Amino acid sequence: MVKEIEKTGIPVVHMCTIVPISKTVGANRIVPTVAIPHPLGNPSLTMAEEKEIRRNLVLKALEALTIEVEGQTVFE
Amino acid sequence: MKKLRVVHYINQFYAGIGGEEKADYPPEIREGLIGPGQALQAAFKEEAEIVATVICGDSYYNENMEESKSQILEMIRPYQPDIFVAGPAFNAGRYGVACGDITSHVQNELHIPGVTGMYVENPGVDLYKKEVYIIETKNSAADMRKAAPKMAKLVIKLGHHQEVGSPEEEHYIKRGLRKNYFADKRGSERAVDMLLAKLRKEKFDTEYPMPSFDRVSPSPAIKDLSQSKIAIVTSGGIVPKGNPDHIESSSASKYGTYDISQFDDLTDQDHETAHGGYDPVFANEDSDRVIPVDVLKEMEKEGMIGSLHPYFYTTTGNGTAVANAKAFATEIAIDLKNHGVDAVILTST
Amino acid sequence: MKLELRNIMINDIVFGECSKIQNNQLMINPKDLESIVLEDEHIAEVKFDIAKPGESTRITPVKDVLEPRFKIDSESQVFPGVASKVKTVGEGKTNVLKGMALVTSGRIVGFQEGIIDMSGPGAEYTPFSKTINLVMSAYCHEGVKPHEHEKAVRLAGIKVAKFLGELSIDVEPNEIQVFETLPLLQGIQKYPDLPKVAYVQMLQSQGLLHDTYVYGVDAKTIVPTLLYPTELMDGAIISGNCVSACDKNTTYHHQNNCVVHDLYEKHGKEINFVGVVITNENVYLADKERSSDWTAKLVEYLGVDGVIISQEGFGNPDTDLIMNCKKIEEKGIDTVIITDEYAGRDGASQSLADADPKANAVVTGGNANEVIKLPPMDKVIGHLEYVDKIAGGFNGSLEENGWITVELQAIIGATNELGFNHLSAKEY
Repeated sequence: MVKEIEKTGIPVVHMCTIVPISKTVGANRIVPTVAIPHPLGNPSLTMAEEKEIRRNLVLKALEALTIEVEGQTVFE
Repeated sequence: MKKLRVVHYINQFYAGIGGEEKADYPPEIREGLIGPGQALQAAFKEEAEIVATVICGDSYYNENMEESKSQILEMIRPYQPDIFVAGPAFNAGRYGVACGDITSHVQNELHIPGVTGMYVENPGVDLYKKEVYIIETKNSAADMRKAAPKMAKLVIKLGHHQEVGSPEEEHYIKRGLRKNYFADKRGSERAVDMLLAKLRKEKFDTEYPMPSFDRVSPSPAIKDLSQSKIAIVTSGGIVPKGNPDHIESSSASKYGTYDISQFDDLTDQDHETAHGGYDPVFANEDSDRVIPVDVLKEMEKEGMIGSLHPYFYTTTGNGTAVANAKAFATEIAIDLKNHGVDAVILTST
Repeated sequence: MKLELRNIMINDIVFGECSKIQNNQLMINPKDLESIVLEDEHIAEVKFDIAKPGESTRITPVKDVLEPRFKIDSESQVFPGVASKVKTVGEGKTNVLKGMALVTSGRIVGFQEGIIDMSGPGAEYTPFSKTINLVMSAYCHEGVKPHEHEKAVRLAGIKVAKFLGELSIDVEPNEIQVFETLPLLQGIQKYPDLPKVAYVQMLQSQGLLHDTYVYGVDAKTIVPTLLYPTELMDGAIISGNCVSACDKNTTYHHQNNCVVHDLYEKHGKEINFVGVVITNENVYLADKERSSDWTAKLVEYLGVDGVIISQEGFGNPDTDLIMNCKKIEEKGIDTVIITDEYAGRDGASQSLADADPKANAVVTGGNANEVIKLPPMDKVIGHLEYVDKIAGGFNGSLEENGWITVELQAIIGATNELGFNHLSAKEY
């Protein structure tokens, strides 16, 4: 899916937990996330803490969209 | 020949422990065979015996790969198997990754050969086919009856360190290994024959299929976040509560486009997941855990981003054919273009 | 253009008092050959040996292999522009000493000279284990520079091959083959219903002892051009190559170009084979662009429906190959390419340095990185100590017990990209 969208020239940041799969499917900007069932949250924390994590991950993703990359890049 | 000792790896589902709600089940080992081990044992006849079965939840393995693998290797070691078998995982993505990963570690670290089985589109195939023999299966467990004898045959060969035949003979997925052989005709004659077939529009087999560089060059970065329109796309199956368009939980044949302009925060009152490949509890409680609508809405208000596209696009990623996913994405991409979207956050589970 | 090849079978080679061909036996007085070789002031010493199929003999390092030929009724002569004056060849009658080859050896010049085993597992991979070989080992004076060394040995080989060919001048052939290609328009009219096919031959022209000569002209200085296929049979193209043993085209390969022969085989029956386009494989991108543009342009101009493209060497020439293929396909002309692979010793790496989906019809000469163990041989012609240095060899290739572990790369002609062999590769 990533590739089809990126083909049109719109940059895509792929937020996912299993980075190797993201690489196989050809994402160029990759931000690793928390866990498969809750990539952007962590139910063991309070809602506020969780949102903080989510915000930081989204910030990282947005930042990745503003950075020129040569090839597949993982933003740790 | 001696009877081979086999250790078998399966997930929580095939062990009868439970479905997605038990996918975080930590690894354990039990004596003897369980579940799909029966079909394998039947195919082994007297030549091999499953001495133990490792069970591990798919989410547990994938989220704790390093730890799971170490624990499992230690569990296997005392059984001193001659050969290791994982799955088959059919088209279950995380199960496939787990089967491929653990088999490769058993080979590399315990120096015990291994075999697994998967459907050709399982993401585990591309990740592990080079290192691991993966018997090609159909996309559902209904194929077990046919898969078991193929796996068993290769298990016995590898267990006795016999030479493995070609992918066609042994039914494993091509590993991308080039091997020389002497053809019936010399190369120039093969070339003339191939050209004739090509000119006549007949079928011909290239001797070296071009590697698929199916890579897309990265799109240019966006210049100014505060002027950019961001859209959300997900393969995590988030849908309005009740799944109005009945997006399938697996092998999706459609995607949905839903309005989020009225929501500042997704809750269990209005959204849920349709995805059948992971434990839905957390996403159902709070869908922001899969698509970060709440945070992006805040950022929109703060002026950090220009705007959040009022619609998000969603489908379920598990078991969905690559061709389908491609088709959805092509349509989505056109829609994004038409709405002047500058950049996309795509989330996967 | 019509050429009659008159094959004289050589069933044995012996040394004797004089040099002659009688009853299919080639007798050589080495002194006759020595005097020819030593005409070149760079060469200090030369030796001749005979190696026969099935013998426990290893020849290394091998530079070139040639087939003695001689034109008996023309003003032109074989190897025009090199051993004979420049005059268009490819027409008339040419005698061929079939079943034998002249192999040139000596001290190593480049890193890419190879091995011929006359028996054992290595013999399976080289066509020159099946020919009776006269081996010329030429030694230059101290201080001769590599380029002069290469040139001196190359020219000596050409002259000796021509001399041997000339011995057949009054010998009746055992077999006659006739090859004819008409001028383009006549040829097209003759078989209006058959698909028109051309052959694009890429010539190694990387410099640094990796060169090819066309009528004596260094191929890196040519632009793509047209040849009648029969010109190749008269030695219009010779090898000046030390490039990797397995996929260089020796002069013998050029003389016996198998793509040309197999296209002639179907000519007038299933296809209309109209001619050969030769092009080079230079080291500059601008040259690669120009040559592939011109190749595609010439092929289009010929009005053909399909082409076979053969490569020589590997690495950056893979880009020339893909450019040629792509540009020709883009003109709506079908292509089949012949190449070989460098997929690593385990076969797991990508085989070519370049790729394109348009290259959908590929014939491969096999994976040159595949490793082979060669047992010791009773007789070694040449110098084993170079085995560690030649391409495909590595430190420790030569073991103390005489076994050699090398990649197929080190064996002359093993993965030839004209498709000279039966070797291929498939995915496991």
